[in-house]
Amino acid sequence: MQGLDFSVVTPYTDILLLGVWWTVVLTVSGAIISFFFGIFFAVAVLYAPKVIAYPIRFFMWLFMGTPLLLQLFLIYFGLSQIGINVPALAAGIIGLGLHFAVYNADVMRAGIISVDVGQTEGARSIGFGRLQTLRYIVIPQAVRNTLPAIGNNLIVLLKESSLVSIIGIAELVHSAQLAISETFRPFEFYITVAALYYILNLVLETGLRQVEKQVEVSR
Amino acid sequence: MDFPLMLRVFPFFVEAAWVTVQISVLSLLLGLVVAAVIASAKMSGSFALRAFGSFYVSVFRGTPCLIQLFVLYFGGPQIGINLDPFAAGVIGLGLNIGAYMAESIRGGILGVERGQVEAARTIGFSKLQTLRLVVLPQAARLMIRPLGVNAIGLIKGSALVSTISVVELTYTAQRFIGSTYKPFEIFGIAALLYMIIIYAVSRAVDGLDRRYAIN
Repeated sequence: MQGLDFSVVTPYTDILLLGVWWTVVLTVSGAIISFFFGIFFAVAVLYAPKVIAYPIRFFMWLFMGTPLLLQLFLIYFGLSQIGINVPALAAGIIGLGLHFAVYNADVMRAGIISVDVGQTEGARSIGFGRLQTLRYIVIPQAVRNTLPAIGNNLIVLLKESSLVSIIGIAELVHSAQLAISETFRPFEFYITVAALYYILNLVLETGLRQVEKQVEVSR
Repeated sequence: MDFPLMLRVFPFFVEAAWVTVQISVLSLLLGLVVAAVIASAKMSGSFALRAFGSFYVSVFRGTPCLIQLFVLYFGGPQIGINLDPFAAGVIGLGLNIGAYMAESIRGGILGVERGQVEAARTIGFSKLQTLRLVVLPQAARLMIRPLGVNAIGLIKGSALVSTISVVELTYTAQRFIGSTYKPFEIFGIAALLYMIIIYAVSRAVDGLDRRYAIN
């Protein structure tokens, strides 16, 4: 048992900050994919013909009932199995994006249903097409109503992005593992990484609160 | 689909699923104890206890569960904590889910109408009697759903212990994907078993909810 010495972390500041950068990149790209695919899945489940809606419902059911880690293995190895060779980073972003798209879609579906029917009727009666009504009237309101829940999913996404280190993506956890392999100081580095995630999480939560407040005001 | 392969490896997965169940049940029990302690701390009259409760919840919910497991399992030996993977997995998951369940418990207690407490106090119940005989029985009903959601999250979260080499479902899947190069078949088996476990739990939660529902 050795004494704890957090000064071992200092020489690795650059590597850890690079890890933070990639964690942010993963989270942001995952968030963008999960947001738009979330809308797409929700709309497809509600309005698309059965041949499209049913497979998407099955996919959502499958991805809600299994761990993200398992899905990452499926996507990483599965894509190369069917002849699509993507770098680990892309597989990680796709995995995070699809996983959270399913959760966003679940929220968004309820959000779309809860938009008053009068809104659709009004839009249709002034000559909007079905797609236009969705795009300009229903979805913006649904997104606004579900913003807190989508924000929560985003907070989970930030933390879960740590899992992609398992398929070899050089984000924050991976940076720490690199440093630990040279220093043999897991405790100090993992505590540091935890602190960094905590700060990222705090920043994200504060940002989301601001956005929610803005939306409240503009209502 | 390579069905003969799926049949051949299936027994390994059943064994692994049993480990997943064990890990989930044990960490659920630990998590409930932790949650009860933290929820009481957060609702106590003492400022120090409240601060501790809030600190615990914010740290365990504000950092990835994976990192918490790594601190415990890889960092533990540096501060004299030597755990085997299974024990580290149960303790790590239990401490983590405890923070989430503490909020479910607190939510349930806060969900009991204020008038219930006032009425109980008026007819001469002590504070403890009010809590035990009036608040908790009603709060317990309100907790069933949120705690059920926590439990299902925990089952999926238990996949994380594969990273500290506990041979459970996800670990086994990873191994077989690596050795057979059949990611879809292997995923299918593991997914099926996770679904069965989660389905059983959600049925149990539904049952409890219906049995104890207020209406």
